[in-house]
Amino acid sequence: MAVLLLAEMTGGEFQQDATAKALTAAKQLGDVTVLVAGDDVAAAAGEAAKLDGVSKVLAVSDASLANYLAEPVAALVAGLAGDYEHIVAPSTANAKNVLPRVAALLDVMVLSDVTGIVDGDTFERPIYAGNAIQTVKSSDAKKVLTVRTANFDAAAEGGSASVEDGAAAADPGLSSWVEDKVEESDRPDLTSAKIVVSGGRGVGSEENFAIIEKLADVMGAAVGASRAAVDSGYAPNDWQVGQTGKVVAPDLYVAVGISGAIQHLAGMKDSKVIVAINKDEEAPIFQVADYGLVADLFDAVPELEKAVG
Amino acid sequence: MKVLVPVKRVIDYNVKVRVKADGSGVDLANVKMSMNPFDEIAVEEAIRLKEKGTVEEIVVVSIGVKQSQETLRTALAMGADRAILVNAADDVHTDIEPLAVAKLLAKVVEEEQPGLVIAGKQAIDNDMNATGQMLSALLGWSQATFASEVAIEGDDAVVTREVDGGLQTIKVKMPAIVTVDLRLNEPRYASLPNIMKAKKKPLEEKTPADYGVDVSPRLEVVKTSEPAERAAGVMVGSVEELVSKLKNEAGVI
Ligand SMILES: Cc1cc2nc3c(=O)[nH]c(=O)nc-3n(C[C@H](O)[C@H](O)[C@H](O)COP(=O)(O)OP(=O)(O)OC[C@H]3O[C@@H](n4cnc5c(N)ncnc54)[C@H](O)[C@@H]3O)c2cc1C
Ligand SMILES: Nc1ncnc2c1ncn2[C@@H]1O[C@H](COP(=O)(O)O)[C@@H](O)[C@H]1O
Repeated sequence: MAVLLLAEMTGGEFQQDATAKALTAAKQLGDVTVLVAGDDVAAAAGEAAKLDGVSKVLAVSDASLANYLAEPVAALVAGLAGDYEHIVAPSTANAKNVLPRVAALLDVMVLSDVTGIVDGDTFERPIYAGNAIQTVKSSDAKKVLTVRTANFDAAAEGGSASVEDGAAAADPGLSSWVEDKVEESDRPDLTSAKIVVSGGRGVGSEENFAIIEKLADVMGAAVGASRAAVDSGYAPNDWQVGQTGKVVAPDLYVAVGISGAIQHLAGMKDSKVIVAINKDEEAPIFQVADYGLVADLFDAVPELEKAVG
Repeated sequence: MKVLVPVKRVIDYNVKVRVKADGSGVDLANVKMSMNPFDEIAVEEAIRLKEKGTVEEIVVVSIGVKQSQETLRTALAMGADRAILVNAADDVHTDIEPLAVAKLLAKVVEEEQPGLVIAGKQAIDNDMNATGQMLSALLGWSQATFASEVAIEGDDAVVTREVDGGLQTIKVKMPAIVTVDLRLNEPRYASLPNIMKAKKKPLEEKTPADYGVDVSPRLEVVKTSEPAERAAGVMVGSVEELVSKLKNEAGVI
């Protein structure tokens, strides 16, 4: 049984961590071909070929694919679908944009955010912000799924798959790219970091958020935020952790000034160790925390920074 | 221009969901239901476009049980002009899949010929994040998902999208499908006079058969279970104690 795995390409660059985690899921389904699509993907295809367990890499370079716009990428994937029983991608913003479109072109349902694979037709996925896990069996001839990277370990390197060139589909020319506003940062990526330090509304302002960032930096951590912190302008949108933001499962998650609404918990409760710092001892975040500290964050965070620095 | 906004009736976001003991689903009996929060944002955006003079008419559509009427009335009270209810289920526990919803919406679009469809990015019950993209594929239209800013410029929509690395701006040819993210706007509350007025606004009832669409599910729900529980944690008395536990007990720093 053949599986087509979409390599994650963000800003034209191959994202090894997300791709390697989705590969672990894809390998359970069959023989994996990785599709690397973009403007000029020679280097990216080479990196994908090194992942352990990849049978073949399909490299498609075309100007229309440069910014991973939904219409040309979905047309390409749907055109290739005939050869595969499963089409898989990591649950990134790109894949969530593209794969439902692919599924509809193929007249099949999409399986979003798969957290477990039971067999080739049967999958587990969270619903209601992770308050329930649904096991669903697909009756479609082809299965199109995005997989939660937090639930699968990254496949190792050490492979040497062959790379084959493919051609893009005709670009319907419905959309064009205008600009990306991406903050470059030396910090680890939120979804692959071993430690995440997140701040919430309790942090109080964009200026104050610097204490969260400083703590993250001494710990070598990524920085996250609650929706309230993002909505209030303390932190950028791509730091949001939760039901409708990013889902993370680091070794250590430190929640600072975050109350612990179910929508936030949905994005972090699979972390191995959770620390909560909150001045309200009744805050629901303490119910999921392994270590809870009732304290004013403006005292505790600088002290913690000194202690671990 | 006419705008179509699909709105879904879902369990209120404040309700703590309970899985039924027999694993057959979640308990929706006597539970507060509301409009999907993302759809409130979509309705609000449509109203703002109307207030700017870009849009003449706002049609809201809901697919599901009869009670979805309430959701449509809420949208009408916010400022939508007209509503269509597609009665597609009798049992509140039946969820119509995004593919079937998209097929029904595609038929409504054929009839109504809107220039723009504004949907939510995700329904907070099934957490699928799929319907807008699927509708766009079925219609062969352009799509701009996860919008945090929408500007109509002639025949194009310029949309800023929330993506993994930050923000991306794209320009899409209309007609287009836009799905909205949390930061696009803050939806208004319906005022009492508007709630009264909404009762008189037109609400048309249809069935999937009227559109010739088969809504039977492709995914069979085998079971619904509780997520794994976390073991109870401990409270620490000081930062010093916390650091010691993280080092010696948890071994994570
Ligand atoms: C459709 C929808 C989607 C959503 N998606 C998400 C999502 O993806 N992610 C997400 O996070 N939320 C999401 N939310 C929002 C969620 O419901 C909560 O509103 C949000 O998580 C609250 O953020 P918060 O904990 O930072 O703020 P609050 O709930 O206001 O909590 C602030 C906390 O800070 C504490 N505090 C204040 N001052 C101090 C101090 N000096 N020292 C220590 N502690 C202090 C307070 O005790 C309080 O517990 C969503 C909501 C909806 C409706
Ligand atoms: N049954 C429905 N009735 C009306 N609109 C819906 C329905 N299901 C989904 N939608 C729309 O599609 C969006 C995304 O839903 P989903 O793909 O299910 O996550 C929602 O925010 C609604 O705008």
